[in-house]
Amino acid sequence: MSGERRPILEIKGLRTQFLLHEGTVTALDGIDLTIYENESVGIVGETGCGKSMTAFSVLRLVPPPGKITAGSIRFKGVELTTLTVDQMRGIRGKLISMIFQDPSTSLDPVFTVGSQLGEVISLHQGIYEEAALKKKVLQVLKLVRIAAPESVVRQYPHELSGGMKQRVMIALALSCNPSLLIADEPTTALDVTIQAQILNLLKDLVRGAGSSMMLITHNLGVVAEACDRICIMYAGRIVEIAETLDLFENPMHPYTKGLLKAFPKLGEQKDELNVIRGTVPNLMKPFRGCPFVDRCDSSMEKCRAFRPIMLEVKPRHFVSCHLYSGGG
Amino acid sequence: MQDNAAPAKGQVPLIQTHDLQKLFPVKKGVFGKTVAHVHAVDGVSITIMRGETLGLVGESGCGKTTLGRAILRLTEPTGGKIIFGGKDITSVPLAQLRSLRKRFQIVFQDPYSSLDPRMTVERIIGEGFKIHGPPPSASKNVKFAERERIHQLIEQVGLSHDHLSRLPHEFSGGQKQRIALARALAVEPDFIVLDEPTSALDVSVQAQALNLLKKLQDKFGLTYLFISHDLSVVGHMSDRIAVMYLGKVIELAPTNEFLNNAQHPYTQALIASIPIPDPRMKKDRKGIEGEVPSPIDPPKGCRFNPRCTYVEPICKLKEPPLVDIGNGHLVACHKCTGQACAMEKPA
Repeated sequence: MSGERRPILEIKGLRTQFLLHEGTVTALDGIDLTIYENESVGIVGETGCGKSMTAFSVLRLVPPPGKITAGSIRFKGVELTTLTVDQMRGIRGKLISMIFQDPSTSLDPVFTVGSQLGEVISLHQGIYEEAALKKKVLQVLKLVRIAAPESVVRQYPHELSGGMKQRVMIALALSCNPSLLIADEPTTALDVTIQAQILNLLKDLVRGAGSSMMLITHNLGVVAEACDRICIMYAGRIVEIAETLDLFENPMHPYTKGLLKAFPKLGEQKDELNVIRGTVPNLMKPFRGCPFVDRCDSSMEKCRAFRPIMLEVKPRHFVSCHLYSGGG
Repeated sequence: MQDNAAPAKGQVPLIQTHDLQKLFPVKKGVFGKTVAHVHAVDGVSITIMRGETLGLVGESGCGKTTLGRAILRLTEPTGGKIIFGGKDITSVPLAQLRSLRKRFQIVFQDPYSSLDPRMTVERIIGEGFKIHGPPPSASKNVKFAERERIHQLIEQVGLSHDHLSRLPHEFSGGQKQRIALARALAVEPDFIVLDEPTSALDVSVQAQALNLLKKLQDKFGLTYLFISHDLSVVGHMSDRIAVMYLGKVIELAPTNEFLNNAQHPYTQALIASIPIPDPRMKKDRKGIEGEVPSPIDPPKGCRFNPRCTYVEPICKLKEPPLVDIGNGHLVACHKCTGQACAMEKPA
């Protein structure tokens, strides 16, 4: 990777496990991911592949009985996995903030929008004087293009529509100019026309503020429009990372190829969609080789026996597949 | 109206609605006085041809699900007519409607809540036989005939016999949706309403489910009303597509025509809003501003007028009718009426 870009988040060998009575579920199994300054990285995968768990691990919000059992997460050179709870609280919301999928459950129903925004701003920026706080709240709401901020400040979350609530969430997340914004399926609960508005808004604001973004979604269309690089996850592992254009034009991992073909494209008349046969493996059973082996059309003997390692097959294009390791 | 001469696909109307309307009352006060109505479906006239798939798209709250349910009389329409195979079923008494329901089925969005968690798959699929009688069979033994048919059905949807004794919670979302489909097919319907059948599924599983739906349609000559908010899925599945906005159908056209030559400003915005999984086609998306107004008090005139970029005085006064502009392309927009559509597509 080029030397002049400075990494903001470095994840190395991250492993998050859930220790249950029935056995251990390995939700994340050795994640390596670096996010640089001023870039947006999309994380794509199907349900249960560990995309949200990556975000929760970075923020140290893994719900119990889940635990980070190995690996390191460095944010601007600071190791996050060993910070105390109080130190972590100073980072969450201020330096790294998160937007959740469902805006209606992530806002507190008994407080007005203004008081929720005010709380975050006074906590992290130390603005306690009422007039200044109010001014700042209005300013943040205007930033996310809410039409009548003066009245929205006094409203409760239930009085707002889904799109408006997501705008408030974005305002909350961006109110302290975080260095890294983690957006977990920010548009999944919204309608297409509203999704387009929110995506444009996110792109503009992140670029304007010079922040980095980690955008988690299952929709390849969303990442194609909003991200510089894309990272494909499968069964708790990263299988491919590449720049957006490169990934769509030269997908290398069989799973990525299958995923791209399985998407119905607008205006393309096809009798049958390509499918990836089978279903996602059970994460409770440990597997030695590649997790995709049972659904892969080009699986070989060594795919069952050895775990493929992440290789830079082309400049800035990383794949973890035996097809590209060694002689192949 | 059985198909005696096996007419070609899309030639004979199977279902027609005339001015179908469903208003939900809004009640207030101690005495539950009706103060207003939610205009969920407000004067919809569409025709669904035998053997075709009609796609129905729209944003949440536009009335697409209500229309699907009203056609099957799962919610009683408050006005208009439904004609099924030439017969007016709008006011057929419930007892008679039950036997008619054999011919139209529905598959719901959420496979987790549409299957009884305490019934085995075999009982779920076979429930239709208890109401509509055993399947036609050479065998005299009713139980045997039913079991044989259930085995046949479970194979058709791509599951195996040993799944039959299991309970719904043992299955994944995609498998549950297959079971719901087998249940719908059990009574050999002509028409199935598919209400967001793949919204709860992952991309790779969604592709499997869509392929299965197409295969079954070809095999049994089924007619589908495919309801979804996802235009790419609807575009893949449908022969014709209808768009709803605030309880009205505003545009209806054959799929190709629809995707390449959409006329209504709302449809154009809807198509432009879809994120395309192709970074080279990265365009500065020209979406629409604002949000859908409340269906309790829909705007006067054209319902889209508060958000429309091409709005003119007439749009606020008169409601545009759904007019055929050629090639079976229907549009309800003042700008587009008449043969020549003068409106330019936004770049």
